[in-house]
Amino acid sequence: MNPTDESRRSSLWRDAWHRLAKNKLAVVGAIMLVLLTVASVVGPSLLGQSYFAQDLQLGAMPPSAQHWLGSDTLGRDLFARLLYGGRISLAVGLCATAVALTIGVLYGTVSGFLGGKVDAVMMRIVDVIFALPFTVFVILLMVLFGRRFVLLFAAIGAVQWLTMARIVRGQVLSLRRMEFIEAAEALGLSKARIIFRHMIPNALGPIIVYATLTVPSVMLLEAFLSFLGLGVQPPMSSWGVLIKEGAETMEEFPWLLIYPGLALAITLFSLNFLGDGLRDALDPQAAKD
Amino acid sequence: MLRFIAIRLAQAIPVLFVVATLTFFMLKLAPGGPFSAEKSTTPEIQKQLEAHYGLNKPLFSQYLTYLGNVVKGDLGPSFKYPNRTVNELIGQAFPVSAELGFWSLLVALSLGLSAGIVASLRPNTLTDYIPSGLAMVGICLPIFVLGPLLVLVFALKLEWVRVSGWDDWIDRILPALTLGGFYAAYIARLTRGGMLEILSQDFIRTARAKGASPARVVLRHSLRGGLIPVVSYLGPTVAGLLTGSFVVETIFQIPGLGRYFVTAAFNRDYTMVVGTVLFYAGFIIVFNLLVDLVLVRMNPKLSYE
Amino acid sequence: MSALLRVENLRTYFHTRSGIVRAVDDISFSVGEGETLGIVGESGSGKSVACYSLLRLIPQPPGRIESGEARFGDCDLLHCREEKLRAIRGNRISMIFQDPMSSLNPYLRIGEQVIEPLLIHKLASPNDAFDLGVAALREVGIQDAAKRMRSFPHEFSGGMRQRVMIAMALITKPELLLADEPTTALDVTVQAQILELIRRLQQEHGTAVIFVTHDIGVVSGFCDRVLVMYAGRVLESGPTAELFYEPKHPYNQALQRSIPALHERGAELHTIPGAPPDVTQPIRGCPFAPRCEFAEEKCITSEIALKEVTTGHATACLRVQLGEIDLTPAAVAGE
Ligand SMILES: Nc1ncnc2c1ncn2[C@@H]1O[C@H](COP(=O)(O)OP(=O)(O)OP(=O)(O)O)[C@@H](O)[C@H]1O
Ligand SMILES: [Mg+2]
Repeated sequence: MNPTDESRRSSLWRDAWHRLAKNKLAVVGAIMLVLLTVASVVGPSLLGQSYFAQDLQLGAMPPSAQHWLGSDTLGRDLFARLLYGGRISLAVGLCATAVALTIGVLYGTVSGFLGGKVDAVMMRIVDVIFALPFTVFVILLMVLFGRRFVLLFAAIGAVQWLTMARIVRGQVLSLRRMEFIEAAEALGLSKARIIFRHMIPNALGPIIVYATLTVPSVMLLEAFLSFLGLGVQPPMSSWGVLIKEGAETMEEFPWLLIYPGLALAITLFSLNFLGDGLRDALDPQAAKD
Repeated sequence: MLRFIAIRLAQAIPVLFVVATLTFFMLKLAPGGPFSAEKSTTPEIQKQLEAHYGLNKPLFSQYLTYLGNVVKGDLGPSFKYPNRTVNELIGQAFPVSAELGFWSLLVALSLGLSAGIVASLRPNTLTDYIPSGLAMVGICLPIFVLGPLLVLVFALKLEWVRVSGWDDWIDRILPALTLGGFYAAYIARLTRGGMLEILSQDFIRTARAKGASPARVVLRHSLRGGLIPVVSYLGPTVAGLLTGSFVVETIFQIPGLGRYFVTAAFNRDYTMVVGTVLFYAGFIIVFNLLVDLVLVRMNPKLSYE
Repeated sequence: MSALLRVENLRTYFHTRSGIVRAVDDISFSVGEGETLGIVGESGSGKSVACYSLLRLIPQPPGRIESGEARFGDCDLLHCREEKLRAIRGNRISMIFQDPMSSLNPYLRIGEQVIEPLLIHKLASPNDAFDLGVAALREVGIQDAAKRMRSFPHEFSGGMRQRVMIAMALITKPELLLADEPTTALDVTVQAQILELIRRLQQEHGTAVIFVTHDIGVVSGFCDRVLVMYAGRVLESGPTAELFYEPKHPYNQALQRSIPALHERGAELHTIPGAPPDVTQPIRGCPFAPRCEFAEEKCITSEIALKEVTTGHATACLRVQLGEIDLTPAAVAGE
């Protein structure tokens, strides 16, 4: 329908891909993430160690041939717990980001597309919510309504959608002024079609970039809540839980703190590098800061 | 300017109202109550207590009473510490958090700004890679990993400082480094970005053409514009320093507001929770206002709308 | 006439991802005291880069001054120590930039920027500097100068900002002024005022000026001598009148023929076929050869230097140098 638009977009993506492939840190980050994901998804079943089987006689032991990263105070294999915890941490990261993405993109698109008074009011609401002490609310929510998994997603997603909404709105506003959208409107295309066929695909770059940068901050928030004792329940574990447990016994058993900390730090590193790389590749103007 | 401040403060009223309402009803909706946890109390005593604090009245009238008191500046009595008021408790805990926040901010600003400026002067050379790399490490090393690690090294292994406590000046070091470290990393990145943007502008070339020294180019011509993103970030950061202090106060056993808040939430100390949240919200609003005032001063193109 | 500035074999390249941009490729020229030298050339021919190179204001990386010498008094601007250069910048040599909108610092007051050269070079105390700044603004025709010292650049129009740039450049009474298209961004009436202003100040202070423009019309009334640049090189240089009425290089001739004002009424206007060469490729011989109606094999194969053919008038056309062609109107008419 709009060949120039389509071809322009595909060549943009190809350029972006080349730019990304040239960014070594981003590529390393991406590879690390794939490895981590695969390891935490299939790892626990391949490892032959259970994450919850206790061996009180064994207790906390430093890394050995039997327990590669050592065992915790209850004699549970740390490596297995780390892989399993990675599953939870990554799942929380992805799901909460998905929640934030959905709300943010819808809100931002509607606000930017309708414009005028509606836009002003909708963005004022975002401003107000932004000024709230949000972490405080999340903590409150978790304390009051129990440590429920779904709640965790909802709570984290609820914090993160605000920035997404702002970014998408900005994109949509600037796209609206572009000729091909005006042409599409003049041709009498339906609003939904314009939004889904033209606006969202064209705003995709910044959306992807921001999503990549949201995942690490979500994982951090989950770990933060877990550290405060508000995350997942035992015997389930996430990296935040492991770090909390490790910190309590770090004097005698430092490996219980160091390995989970390392796992989280490496993941955050990879995500941030990939996010930065994507930003450089997809959104050269925003790459300055 | 006074008009600007007045308008902003007026806008804060509905926000605070929403915050108070939201928190109040959230607490009431949640299972458990302030006195249900205490097994020692008999149901009669519990009834008496509830009557004493007005908890037996209809929800809405409780709400109105509470709001009325808040408007008068009275955050009510604490449920957990019967003979203390929330105002007193906050007045006691906040200075501790504020002091921690102050030292942390000092760490964050001094480390962050200098690292960011150094990195921006020669982009993509070693003097950029080292501070930028450190900043990345700082961002990826969460407070609750960094804190215990610092304790492990400096308190347990080297025994230079105590593991926890809040008595001496020496007790301030690790908490401030922990809390400030993360923000230092973020500020370094923002500073570098902002400075790079400014240093590539035409007017920097003009300054150099006038014979300005590199120091003058940075200090007089670049810093103002380059630090605008940092200052805008400082508003939310101070909120972050306050919330981040939950973890740091837990790790280092510091009797600050963050710890009081979490304890209060667990204990369903209704007035203390709502009071603290309101206090936080008010603090954030005031700080964002301050930041906006500074931004107007820094950027001549802005004016008090 | 003793030369105030003598530039020899200046080469400035940009090492970019898409290759080496030979922005300025071996140019030599000199400027006498109080003289006005025009540099003309199409967009991208390297005029600005040549000026920036003289004060080492090239962004590095990607830019690099590959070779050359720029003798100014007892020092080589391209190689002297940074401190020494800084003492010259804004003091003995000032520069006016192409774009007045982006060349003033938006965060600092006009006054502070105008008097900054005086303070940097310790030519006046802060109090005196303020008065000198007011006087300088008044001199460039800014109303209410004392009050305007406290304004910010965004409160000024483009023409006013360019006036501020000029006041700022001239406040130290430099020996040499590098004016990089000071009027291109402005509308025609303001353009004339600014030119008049520069000329007046130049006469009062005896300042030499390098005047960069791509507008040949402006040059003709303003400059003593002119360089014609093309693809980073100088193709012709000479006294203004001679350069216009007796062009020696086919490129210069084509340029003259494409200007309506200088052309006889009724005659058709020329456009030069083709486009300037890609400066990321090394060019052998004459860079204009591919577009030149007189080009021969040797124009592409031999190294060509700028050579004086009549007193003070030099050309880089090999065939003119060899006497094979003569482009002066008399000769052309007589053919
Ligand atoms: N920072 C830079 N990086 C890479 N190439 C550059 C840079 N600055 C200038 N160039 C290149 O140098 C060449 C000469 O540019 P210059 O600005 O000197 O042209 P000009 O003659 O001043 O043109 P105009 O009349 O448009 O001002 C151009 O090909 C330009 O692309
Ligand atoms: Mg130019």
